[in-house]
Amino acid sequence: MAAIEAADLRRTYKTHTGTVRRRSKEIEAVRGISFSVEPGELFGLLGPNGAGKTTTIKMLITLLIPTGGSARVLGLDVVRDADEVRRRIGYVFGGERGVYERLSGYDNLRYFAELYGVPAREQKRRIEELLELVGLKDREHERAEGYSRGMKQRLHVARGLLHDPDVLFLDEPTIGLDPVGARDVRSTIASLTAAGKTVLLTTHYMFEADALCDRIAVITQGNIVAEGTPEDLKRGVADGTVIEVEVYGVADENVQRVRAIGGVTAVAVEEREQAQVLVVQTGPGAELTQAILGCLNGSDIGRISHREPTLEDAYVALVSEPSETTGRHAVRQASTP
Amino acid sequence: MSTFRFVRVSWLLQFKMIMRSPFDGFGNVLYPLFFATTAFFVFRAGTSPRTLIYASLGAAVMGMWSSVSTSAGSAMQRERWWGTLELLVTAPRHFALVLFPSTLGLASVGIYNLVATLLWGRFAFGIPLTIEHPLEFGLSVVATVLAFAGLGLLFAVSFVRFRAAWVLGNFFEYPVWLICGFLVPLALLPRWVHPIAWVLAPTWGMNAIRESALGGTPLPDLLLCLGLGTVYVVGAVLVTNRVLDDARARGSLSLT
Repeated sequence: MAAIEAADLRRTYKTHTGTVRRRSKEIEAVRGISFSVEPGELFGLLGPNGAGKTTTIKMLITLLIPTGGSARVLGLDVVRDADEVRRRIGYVFGGERGVYERLSGYDNLRYFAELYGVPAREQKRRIEELLELVGLKDREHERAEGYSRGMKQRLHVARGLLHDPDVLFLDEPTIGLDPVGARDVRSTIASLTAAGKTVLLTTHYMFEADALCDRIAVITQGNIVAEGTPEDLKRGVADGTVIEVEVYGVADENVQRVRAIGGVTAVAVEEREQAQVLVVQTGPGAELTQAILGCLNGSDIGRISHREPTLEDAYVALVSEPSETTGRHAVRQASTP
Repeated sequence: MSTFRFVRVSWLLQFKMIMRSPFDGFGNVLYPLFFATTAFFVFRAGTSPRTLIYASLGAAVMGMWSSVSTSAGSAMQRERWWGTLELLVTAPRHFALVLFPSTLGLASVGIYNLVATLLWGRFAFGIPLTIEHPLEFGLSVVATVLAFAGLGLLFAVSFVRFRAAWVLGNFFEYPVWLICGFLVPLALLPRWVHPIAWVLAPTWGMNAIRESALGGTPLPDLLLCLGLGTVYVVGAVLVTNRVLDDARARGSLSLT
């Protein structure tokens, strides 16, 4: 039995515009996604902001009712068996919210231990263990309002583990952390699967997913566009080339013309001080430099360079193109267990 | 046992948070003094010292009620701002039970309001502080706190569904002072107001506190106060799942 299963999971929201004449509009945040996570696996949902990662996780942890499809955690339906699901999962989200700032770190954990029904005789030992695990020992009696962002994040992780859940949902747990803080949180996450936990992690950092996850699903605009091991995703772009063109003041229509060149698989524009860098990914064997420069007539061109594609390029290619592209499905089919 | 322990520990931690808020603390210290002063100036025209005690007790319960009505709504709003509301909802405990220690903590602050008002009246204005039935008085205060906490719970659960409804907490503050006879006897109010007062536990809590302080028979009022408090708690428990399902369907739990 899979630890987490989503089948054609959908979620739409109603939003309103206007003040006097209010109009409602439906937004499809998640558009029928399916995936499964095996027990003990660390599975990553990778995607840009607004891709549907948090909405997916909130349906799985019973905070949102899906508008279509179904989801099961440890064989339990997230709508019908919500109470039982809550007993067996932990939820950690990124950022500074979710902490009682006027209480100490220890009191925060004590409160949530009561909330999650951790037996009284086990609480002290469990809290001490977790404080040790997340590196907050010796600071636990200070008020949380004085904690750094990284300390609050580690307190979140400890809170999520208090009741020793079988499945842990981590929603962008390193967002906004400095490199050292993020590394500490990542090493804590890595130790979770070693302890036999099933983890679903959402992130928009490719390297984080690469370093931590057994498998990754790339989600964009509410659809899963690729699924597989990090190596599978890398292989998807390994044969191509990346051409970087430094350009000063590139017009949108020129970017569209580059995108339309046969053999171009993805185009991204990066801002670098006064210049922009057009990052063009091309398919295997294509030499498109002249064709690209031909599309940039009228723009000041700077340096042009060629390089091997990285995992980040694979990610950019996946999230910046329509999901119907057959190559992405191939990655998914090749790697789905 | 686990449930009682949860309520006790949560109440303690909620109380800790309330006490650590400088603004809440400042308001809690000053408000009762304003209530007592206002009551004294309104009622000093009366010749009987009992009138002043009557007003002083009314002012004390006003403070208790204000603490619950205004804070229950804002407490829910604070949980949203802090991002903790979603964590409370995903906890395996029944959500009404999760909220109860919070509203109980707020109602407990009301005990300080009561004591401060009575002492202010005694030392600043010389209002005699005689309690005819101390035991019944103590029980009446406890019953009133519990009933207020029950009513606060009903408010809090509703505020989870209606995000902007915390403003209504302020709206409920003043009418209840009047309708429930905190300052003037219910008999002086129009008859159509009476049924509203009867279904509000503060009416009976106020009566029980006055009866026990002034030497009457507080037991019926005390029991009615407790009974209505229980009805509020049961009502809150019954609507909780419906309110939460609705919020989960609308996706409004994470909105601030």
